[in-house]
Amino acid sequence: MSSESDAPVLMPAKRRVAHLAMLAGAVGIVILAYANVGLALEGSVPAGMLTYGAGLGGLVLIAYLVLAKWAPWADPLILPLVTLVNGLGLVMIYRIEEAGGNDASAATQLFWTAAGIVMFSGTLIALRDHRMLQRLTYTAGALGLLLLIAPLLPFIGHENFGARIWINIAGFTLQPAEFAKLALAIFFAGYLVAKRDVLALAGRRLLFIDLPRVRDLGPVLITWGISVGILVLQRDLGTSLLMFGLFVMMIYVATQRTSWVLIGLLLFVGGAAIAGMIFSHVGDRFDVWLDASNPIYYDRTFGGSAQLMGGLFGMGTGGILGTGLGQGHPNSIPLSFSDFIFAATGEELGLTGLMALLLVYGLIVQRGMRTALAARDPFSKLLAGGLSFVLAWQVFIIVGGVTRLIPLTGLVTPFMSQGGSALLANWILIALLVRMSDSARRPPPQAIQDEGLTQVFSR
Amino acid sequence: MSELTLLLIRLAFLAVLWFFVIAAVGVIRTDLFGPRTAPASPRKTPKPAKQAAKPKKGEPRQLIVIAGPLEGTIINLTEQPITIGRATDATLVLSDDYASSRHARLFPQDGQWIVEDLGSTNGTYLDRSKVSRPTPVPLGVPIRIGKTVIELRK
Repeated sequence: MSSESDAPVLMPAKRRVAHLAMLAGAVGIVILAYANVGLALEGSVPAGMLTYGAGLGGLVLIAYLVLAKWAPWADPLILPLVTLVNGLGLVMIYRIEEAGGNDASAATQLFWTAAGIVMFSGTLIALRDHRMLQRLTYTAGALGLLLLIAPLLPFIGHENFGARIWINIAGFTLQPAEFAKLALAIFFAGYLVAKRDVLALAGRRLLFIDLPRVRDLGPVLITWGISVGILVLQRDLGTSLLMFGLFVMMIYVATQRTSWVLIGLLLFVGGAAIAGMIFSHVGDRFDVWLDASNPIYYDRTFGGSAQLMGGLFGMGTGGILGTGLGQGHPNSIPLSFSDFIFAATGEELGLTGLMALLLVYGLIVQRGMRTALAARDPFSKLLAGGLSFVLAWQVFIIVGGVTRLIPLTGLVTPFMSQGGSALLANWILIALLVRMSDSARRPPPQAIQDEGLTQVFSR
Repeated sequence: MSELTLLLIRLAFLAVLWFFVIAAVGVIRTDLFGPRTAPASPRKTPKPAKQAAKPKKGEPRQLIVIAGPLEGTIINLTEQPITIGRATDATLVLSDDYASSRHARLFPQDGQWIVEDLGSTNGTYLDRSKVSRPTPVPLGVPIRIGKTVIELRK
């Protein structure tokens, strides 16, 4: 066995040194940012710097050790990049808390980061082979649907800021939609592996696109119905867009047919436009988006554009190089520690910092897509593609909303915004990606016999 | 804290942030261009020895799926044989009704890669001809298995 494992394996390498160096770099940047905030606010290095730095460093080290033991071939970049984003989020929340932002609490966020890393480690240890998730296809689908409608149920459902997307269990408020996206990605992947041939092959060609048969439109219509339901009943444009986008993307990846994307886009735009005309809360969002600087909307007390414009003013003040950490006024934007953390970061780090931040997100997604490319079975391909897309899509929806590219929706910025459910769910998502990248990059299993017609395959 | 110090810290922070991003891109460079430089690890020493043991020129390094549902998949070739089929423990798992569970096998022998059909129902084709006995695979010649086409590249 030992002589076998010495057999030449050119690539992919484990890259342990690179992995640790990047992790140390990420933690170092976070500590530097923390010191910068303290120097700017109080003129001295903040007292809690070592506690926070050691806390984050220790947590990340635990995550690394678990990864090195249970997923040794995993991609060396995913964990450091996520650490950096999570750490920068912590620093921004600390900074907003210091500036007097009500409700912002770096300690709570650090606690949830710890919980997230525990979930990450737990998922890696418990889930040795992600392909067993394929057996849970319909269980995951039912679970996802249940999580999506949970906020509508009496007693546990909970309404806040005009959106009914929280549930209240034993004093904890959770956003079940964050977990639903994981369950639904597993469901879509399993379902499409089984059904993609009929969705890809049947149908006829019209002009330049292949149209599917009418009866095969069932799944896409059902998903569309559910996402419009979320939009209308829970008043949550973000989750609705997230779920539907995920489904359309995964069906496109599974079938390679452009017509599914066109059908999906038409359905969603049509549905959203009609919802905007009928329901006032959806319509308000469109008004604010199209005409944000209009004083009528700016001064409106509920659903006005003051918050959006505040974020835009903040990013404008930041300019190219930003005001510097701890030297802006992020507390003047409502919710700058959750929905608008991107705008707050933009004010203090400027365009230069935001571009770096977006590139880090882009690299995380690229690693996920790369995992999908390298994966050796269709279920892993679809799941890795879907999970990394959902991360990218979420960043696009919230950043697009904050920068007024698309109507603003209340989604969290992954790993940055304050919020426990999102952190937990996203750390689990990263654990799944790491697990899949481990199995994709692992060298092929070694044959027990050197040659011969029969081979014993170890499972 | 003086304005100038803060300005310098701010610029330094942005520079460090970008340095991190560039370092990350450096780590994944091998994805795109292959391991052109040896990785800076202590395990550097066994690698040149083993590369010298193999004939360098004309040796395939990657197996690329060029058509079919898994199009774009790249498997880096090692000394290990590669199994292809619908079985979940195959190296390349096909979800194709025209492929058998253990369809074909590719293995290295004397610096060449050999394709062998493992008694599949629909056969394995090297270029246009059906593979009936273990056959050496030249670089860039397509192997067809069901709806999937693969080839070896450098």
